[in-house]
Amino acid sequence: MSSGEQSPAVRVTDLTVAYGDKTVLWDIDLEIPIGSMVAVVGPNGAGKTTLIKSIQGLVPRVAGVVSIHGKPYEKQRKEVSYVPQRGSVDWDFPTSVVDTVKMGSYGDLGWIRRPGKKEHEKALSALEKVDMLEFAQRQISQLSGGQQQRVFLARALVQSASVYLLDEPFQGVDATTEKAIVRILKELTDGGKTVLAVHHDLNTVSEYYEQIAILNVGLVASGRVDEVFNSENLMKAYGGKTSFFPERKSSRRAV
Amino acid sequence: MLEFAVELFSDYTARTILLGAASLGIVSGVVGSYAVLRKQSLVGDVMSHAALPGIVLAFIIMGVKEQLPIFIGAALSAVLAVFLINLVTSNSRIKTDSAMGMALSVFFGLGLVLLTYAQKMPDANQAGLDKFLFGQAEALVEKDVLIIGVTGLFALLVVGLFWKEFKLLCFDPDFGGTMGFSMKSLDLLVTAVIVSAIVIGLQTVGVVLMSSMLIAPAVAARQWTGGMGSMVILAALIAAVSGVTGVALSAGFENVPTGPAVIVCVSVIAFFSVLFSPNGFFTLRFKDARSRREIKKDYVLKALHDLALEHDDPGYAHSERLLALGSEKGFNVRKSLSQLKAAGYVERAGEENWRLTPSGIRQIRELSPLERSG
Amino acid sequence: MSPHQFDIQLLAIIVAASCAIPGAFLVLRRMSMMTDAISHSILLGIILAFFLVKDLSSPILIIGAAASGVLAISLIEAVNRARLVKKDASIGIVFPFLFSVAVILLSKYARNVHIDTHSVLLGEIAFAPFNRLILSGMDLGPKSAYVMGSILLLNLLFISFFYKELKVSTFDESFASSIGFRPRLIHYLLMAVVSLTCVGAFDAVGSILVIALIVIPPCCAYLLTDSLFRMILLSVVFGISAAVSGFWVANWLDVNIAGSMAFVCGVFFLMVFLLAPQRGLFGIMREKRKQRMDFAEASLLVSLYNQERGESVKNHPDSRSMFRSADFASKVVEFLKQKGEIAVAGGKLFLTEKGRERVRTTVEGR
Repeated sequence: MSSGEQSPAVRVTDLTVAYGDKTVLWDIDLEIPIGSMVAVVGPNGAGKTTLIKSIQGLVPRVAGVVSIHGKPYEKQRKEVSYVPQRGSVDWDFPTSVVDTVKMGSYGDLGWIRRPGKKEHEKALSALEKVDMLEFAQRQISQLSGGQQQRVFLARALVQSASVYLLDEPFQGVDATTEKAIVRILKELTDGGKTVLAVHHDLNTVSEYYEQIAILNVGLVASGRVDEVFNSENLMKAYGGKTSFFPERKSSRRAV
Repeated sequence: MLEFAVELFSDYTARTILLGAASLGIVSGVVGSYAVLRKQSLVGDVMSHAALPGIVLAFIIMGVKEQLPIFIGAALSAVLAVFLINLVTSNSRIKTDSAMGMALSVFFGLGLVLLTYAQKMPDANQAGLDKFLFGQAEALVEKDVLIIGVTGLFALLVVGLFWKEFKLLCFDPDFGGTMGFSMKSLDLLVTAVIVSAIVIGLQTVGVVLMSSMLIAPAVAARQWTGGMGSMVILAALIAAVSGVTGVALSAGFENVPTGPAVIVCVSVIAFFSVLFSPNGFFTLRFKDARSRREIKKDYVLKALHDLALEHDDPGYAHSERLLALGSEKGFNVRKSLSQLKAAGYVERAGEENWRLTPSGIRQIRELSPLERSG
Repeated sequence: MSPHQFDIQLLAIIVAASCAIPGAFLVLRRMSMMTDAISHSILLGIILAFFLVKDLSSPILIIGAAASGVLAISLIEAVNRARLVKKDASIGIVFPFLFSVAVILLSKYARNVHIDTHSVLLGEIAFAPFNRLILSGMDLGPKSAYVMGSILLLNLLFISFFYKELKVSTFDESFASSIGFRPRLIHYLLMAVVSLTCVGAFDAVGSILVIALIVIPPCCAYLLTDSLFRMILLSVVFGISAAVSGFWVANWLDVNIAGSMAFVCGVFFLMVFLLAPQRGLFGIMREKRKQRMDFAEASLLVSLYNQERGESVKNHPDSRSMFRSADFASKVVEFLKQKGEIAVAGGKLFLTEKGRERVRTTVEGR
């Protein structure tokens, strides 16, 4: 990879992951260009979450290389920010909204150093971006599902990374939050950031994303939504298990 | 009792002992908060029981009742138990709860075997080892308190230094991992800190009950506060107060072992908090009952209103039975009606009949702007 | 073997068998630590009942004390209902409290009577046979053997009557309630049985080591069989063998019998954990090695297959991590050659028809 040509934001080569004797991801090759907004879709158990996690080394890879902007992930950790599934943490944890968002700055601080005024300001401005500033001092246990998701997004914004990995950001959130998140993600990609999100709702794919990766253990297809998001590829990934078949040039809009 | 307390606080030995109990409380309150927040309360229980064979083995090998080797032995065997639990759960279908139960009982069993063996040794001071079971604060001497203080300071220092890292570990370890913190090392560090708290509690509280000294203060504190910092401080305070009170009680009454006395104190505070704090059992029950009552009242009010609308007369009276018809079993319509009457929203119209008052009509229209109709 | 030793072993066998039976369900329901809670909590019941009836083997004491175990469970569940207390923490604050109260009562008021803080921890199986059942001048054996025998019988009746209810509600609670099995009732019945067993065993092994006899034998069995029925049977076998060998170890070293039984249980588990045919650590490691080999074989075959068909031949920048080392790679090649799935010609690897077949069936069919 010469430095002259631009490396993709994320490049995954030969990625294979297994839990015990079950292969979860098989030989995935994926390139995600800078500034794109990509949906990862596939049936349950297709390895969508595993893809997001294994890119960041959270699950051990059997084989494969991941590079971020042309350099191995391990050297580019600060370029990647992660929005895990909402359900992965205990929302009764004793902490406030602004404190949770501040966690996004911990990586830059490194070991032992404490967050200070600068980090506090950053957290507040991230909260403002997700329209949650008025909730800054609230207990996280008092938030609705949509508000929790916004807090997680704000935490990721604080990291000022260039690649955003989101695991089902629209799971169980209200319509307003969904719109707000889409708006923020679009702003990010307009500003040259890259977004990769696990997505469940096939109805909204064409509306929200330009790029898509269709997954079912192996990579079924990837590319522009208007090119690869078709019934043939979905059949391959879901078998007969989906009733949704996008038609070419249809502009189905879900509410 | 008061005289006794005065005497206790003025006596040098007593002050030493109380100082030991207070420092132990502060450390276990702080450290226990992490065990509770990581949902590892029972791991503390296993570790404290598992310390026993280490204590006795250290005694058998060293032949004397030296404090430091006993502390080290206790820490090592507690850590070994945790290591074995991880080994078993990550390499077999045995679940964590079973692995913990096994580790606890096997280590404790081995500890008792070694204890009965050690007691046959020529100059074994039986009482000396026995005190590690249920604790005996009176046996604390200055040197012990010094060790407690130093170990405790170490634990507090670690917690202070790694405050934000520990928070990540407890709240969202996956996310913490993506930011470059080694969660494995942090896990080890937290375990080390918990073990050091257990070790310093051995003489005062004993292996059997030490886990409660970690868990109960943190549980109590969590009920009253929503911040992690305030929770840790409050837990330390609660544990210190219980430690001192328990030690004093144990010294004040004959034949009351220190450990159980301390645990009774700390448990009483924990139960009180769980029941009566703003998020507690009774408070939640009370809030639930109140909101259910309000909903029922609104329901009855609206039912009266709907029926009245059918008759085009807002003040039209209806029988109680008709109102009860559409509602669930166990829904006491009369009770709701009398509550509404007390609020002035309805009035009786004859034996069985009820109608809305003007203020009741206003109320129902305010309640449901959507229902407002001509 | 003296008659006294015989009596002790008889009692140990009965205790171990009664513990292992409900234990299997506790382990499967992930409630092993509930045993910890119950076995600690019943002490308060035992002591309060003892103050009343002054006889450790009285049925009143046993039933009263068992009720305290069930009470502790419902207390834990009540505490757990406060939103901010997690399950483990509610267990962790309830039983130490009850146990502490019991120990204080014991030290303060029950000095020099039949039970003391030592027997609570150590058990008194060696003394239990001294208390004999004598009917009209005839010595019918140790009283506690009869008490424990009745508990064993009850446990057997319990699981044979409620076998399918227990099985279904352990596996899938919501399904069980949808077919009308009332899993909550089953849960409390099981807790009552465990409490009763703990109280009965208290005499012999004390209040903490009973956990070993309840939890460990079923764990051993769990690694050896997939059938619930066989698991219960094997648990009983393991429990009894651990109890008897624990007795002899204690006899030989002249140490505490209950502690030694618990320790032997641990040794049994360690052996099963390491050596179990399929689920043992050594077996798992063997299996993992085999899997790694299979995986490497498949990867090599697929890349040869793709090459053959002229399809997107990728260079594997990570082939080193997949094959770990040159050594491992040549081992894989050697293996495949032996199986006749690849052939070497002119320093290059080729698929044989057999190899092609394997790619088609295993990899493509994925």
